[in-house]
Amino acid sequence: MPPPVTHRQLRLDADLPLDCGQLLPRPVIAYETLGTLNHARSNAVLVCHALTGDQYVASTHPITGKPGWWTRMVGTGKPLDPERHFIICSNVVGGCMGSEGPASPHPDDGRPWGLRFPVITIADMVRAQAALLDGLGIETLLAVVGGSMGGMQALQWAASFPDRVRSVVAIAAAARHSAQNIAFHEVGRQAIMADPKWMGGAYPVGSGPANGLAVARMAAHITYLSEAGLTAKFGRRLQDRSGKSFGFDADFQVESYLRHQGMSFVDRFDANSYLYITRAMDYFDLADPFEGLLAPVFAKGKARFCIVSFDSDWLYPTVESRRIVQALVAAGRHVSFVELSSPFGHDAFLLDPPGLNGVVDGFLKAVEQGG
Amino acid sequence: MNDLPVRLQQVARQIPEHSSVLDVGCSDGRLLAWLRDNKNTDGRGIELDAGRVAAAVTRGLSVVQGDATRDLAAFPDQSVDFAVLSETLQAMEAPAKVLQDLVRIGRRAVVAFPNFGYWRVRMNLLFKGRMPVTPRLPTSWHETENIHLCTIDDFRVLAAELDLRIEREAYLAGENPISAWPNLMADHALFVLSK
Repeated sequence: MPPPVTHRQLRLDADLPLDCGQLLPRPVIAYETLGTLNHARSNAVLVCHALTGDQYVASTHPITGKPGWWTRMVGTGKPLDPERHFIICSNVVGGCMGSEGPASPHPDDGRPWGLRFPVITIADMVRAQAALLDGLGIETLLAVVGGSMGGMQALQWAASFPDRVRSVVAIAAAARHSAQNIAFHEVGRQAIMADPKWMGGAYPVGSGPANGLAVARMAAHITYLSEAGLTAKFGRRLQDRSGKSFGFDADFQVESYLRHQGMSFVDRFDANSYLYITRAMDYFDLADPFEGLLAPVFAKGKARFCIVSFDSDWLYPTVESRRIVQALVAAGRHVSFVELSSPFGHDAFLLDPPGLNGVVDGFLKAVEQGG
Repeated sequence: MNDLPVRLQQVARQIPEHSSVLDVGCSDGRLLAWLRDNKNTDGRGIELDAGRVAAAVTRGLSVVQGDATRDLAAFPDQSVDFAVLSETLQAMEAPAKVLQDLVRIGRRAVVAFPNFGYWRVRMNLLFKGRMPVTPRLPTSWHETENIHLCTIDDFRVLAAELDLRIEREAYLAGENPISAWPNLMADHALFVLSK
């Protein structure tokens, strides 16, 4: 459960219509910006964060004190450069870092929304971002950029607001959640809901289902890595001991690492948010309105696309990116696609794999020169 | 144009300004970049090798990593002015299928390839009795990616079988244009084709 901190926020002018049919009454959206919007308002770049990310893309995190989560991509001299771009990153609706979510006070009684919060979708997240941009006076984006769930949002932008985006960068993403993706998320949700402290989602502020959320994070974290990466990092090495304990302590380094990942996660994340956001990802299938056909999704607008996958990513494997690329090609769109090599699995997009920055930089500069 | 290898210059000469181009097997995008910078073309490319794709995208080109035999199918009919296949035909798994895709996707196809009927190649085989290794075809038979080598006459026969119209042809021996006896005298051939 994240402690209360102050975030930069905007309360939207209007209620937010959601895919489920409900209206979210004037939600608050938390966001960060870097750089300056130019006079032509043509240099705005929206960065979309992944499942457990937030708006602190390249500024110090107020809870963990760590640098932003994508400083390898965002910063002076980087592909997304505050000297050149006006960079916006907002916490997704349903999140827990200042945007309206299940931990926010319900407008009627001031108590947390809990499970009264409506189920949201990736398209709802994007609709909230568009409303935020309206509030900031930005009509058109030079680029929407994201990895993983951020890439899904970037693709959704092209589908929902084709005339507001000049380019889309989707890294280690997919146009739908596979059965395996849904299955892993369900394990995480069940871990949370099996924790007695979850209390049907109505846990009091400050005493959520920390154990369940930690287990959810541990299971998910494995899917972000690769077998080769885990072997290289930990192998079968023991944690601070010379032999097996013949008990159930964290004998192995990999166990200790995962426990640490789980326990530190609960300090900065809300369990109900985890349920809602994983649900949004599971519901994601861009081709759903077109009877499974993806090409019609990209029929409108003029955006150029840059799609990147990683050879060791088994969560959103290259075949999913290739499916997006084939749809874009069939729709006659300008698209660049490369499968980069990295041993680090899905997490590679956060880790500066060779070639990624050059590809994104070259792509964005071409879009900028394209007028 | 001097910054382009001579064989790519020959391809570039076939492409008018402001054309749309799909370069199949575009390597690091040098032809597409040159055409964009000098002829304001609207270019796309497809290339198998990830490192070359990354280099092309870093140049700001719309290049996708993919395999011509499998991935050309997604491109819509008659969606570009020119579909280019330069120095790649002989490495294709199914050259006939790729040629048909080229004239389906492009209003015209530009196909350039090494001529296996070149006299030095013939001499090599005749006198040495060994598979030819030439400057244009530098790897030995067991290492080469060139699995479907052909002569200019072979290509003409295939083009006729596929009902392709030959709109233009050009031949090189080394750096020099050739017109007489191309199947014997040219080490390199270029055809502009349409359906």
